[in-house]
Amino acid sequence: MGLENTLFESLPDVVTVKLDAVVNWARKSSLWPATFGLACCAIEMMNTVSARNDLSRFGAETFRASPRQADVMIVSGRVSRKMAPVLRRIYDQMPEPKWVISMGACATSGGVFDNYAIVQGVDKIVPVDIYVPGCPPRPEMLVHAIMMLQDKIMNESMKDRRDTFEPESRVSIVPGTLPVTEGTALEKETEIEVAQNQVSRPYSIPSRHEKRRSS
Amino acid sequence: MTEKLHEFVQKLKDENVAWIAEVKEAFGEVTAFVPRESIVDVCWVLKTKHGFDMLADLCGADRGPEENPRFEVNYHLFSTEHYSRLRLKILLSEDEPNVPTVTTIWKTADWHERETYDLFGVIFDGHPDLRRILLPSDFDGHALRKDYPLRGYEPYSMN
Repeated sequence: MGLENTLFESLPDVVTVKLDAVVNWARKSSLWPATFGLACCAIEMMNTVSARNDLSRFGAETFRASPRQADVMIVSGRVSRKMAPVLRRIYDQMPEPKWVISMGACATSGGVFDNYAIVQGVDKIVPVDIYVPGCPPRPEMLVHAIMMLQDKIMNESMKDRRDTFEPESRVSIVPGTLPVTEGTALEKETEIEVAQNQVSRPYSIPSRHEKRRSS
Repeated sequence: MTEKLHEFVQKLKDENVAWIAEVKEAFGEVTAFVPRESIVDVCWVLKTKHGFDMLADLCGADRGPEENPRFEVNYHLFSTEHYSRLRLKILLSEDEPNVPTVTTIWKTADWHERETYDLFGVIFDGHPDLRRILLPSDFDGHALRKDYPLRGYEPYSMN
């Protein structure tokens, strides 16, 4: 006389439900974050999956080192200008569906680091779904952010997450990615000349679902 | 301690008077001001004859755009033989921030000189691979100069 018996008696053999509801439920119940610890916020992020806070209650404890296996990128910490192209590349390598949580004041707005070295908000590089305030946010806040993201996922449609091929997002050249390895600067041209000859591209390159949202 | 260092400076002066422009002593440290033409010779003699076998640090400094000479390049030498430290200093004007490289004497000067070039714009003549090391390669300007705006230039300031 377990739960199966009760359910078996009360439910019909066939249940009709929106496909979106089932798929979104499956997606939100098993979010796999990509490990992207950048600064002190990462310590709180690690604490979130520890025994005390136990993020696995919400199905999001499986941190992956490979972006190919991840659904949600938790940007925890300040993003330096030199790290920005790396972050964008990791985001591009994540398969759809994918979400981004901007954790902490630095990732959200640059925080106290209002200078040339730090990107003033990670949303200039990747589209952000949830912003978490705090310096650093407590683990509970990150857990809450995950839960908010789960609510957001439940309201999405599968159609919005189709993986369409858009070449420009794959080859996006963000300032700082230029591989300067051939020859020396003195032999060829100075750094400033190189920078002047290069056409700088803007930081914010809209991702696929970001474009759809605006259109 | 400083007597010993003054001895080394005196030995350098005996070898060539033009090598040492000025000597300063403060807080038990001796700083020898060296004309930039003779820095390689001075370093070579200090390394081979006087046991200063380690270049502990090589860094730049900006005194401000209103100053002339504006830039400094500091060489912090250390001897693992007699445990003494000597600082060499080169003064540079803004118009000609060129220094001969000392990578031929200490290999470690390679990255130090790249860093100084990156952050202050001091050009090290003869450096094998003088390009930016800390800032992104398409960065505009030199970040540790006193007249560099904190938020950087467009489009990198991104405000």
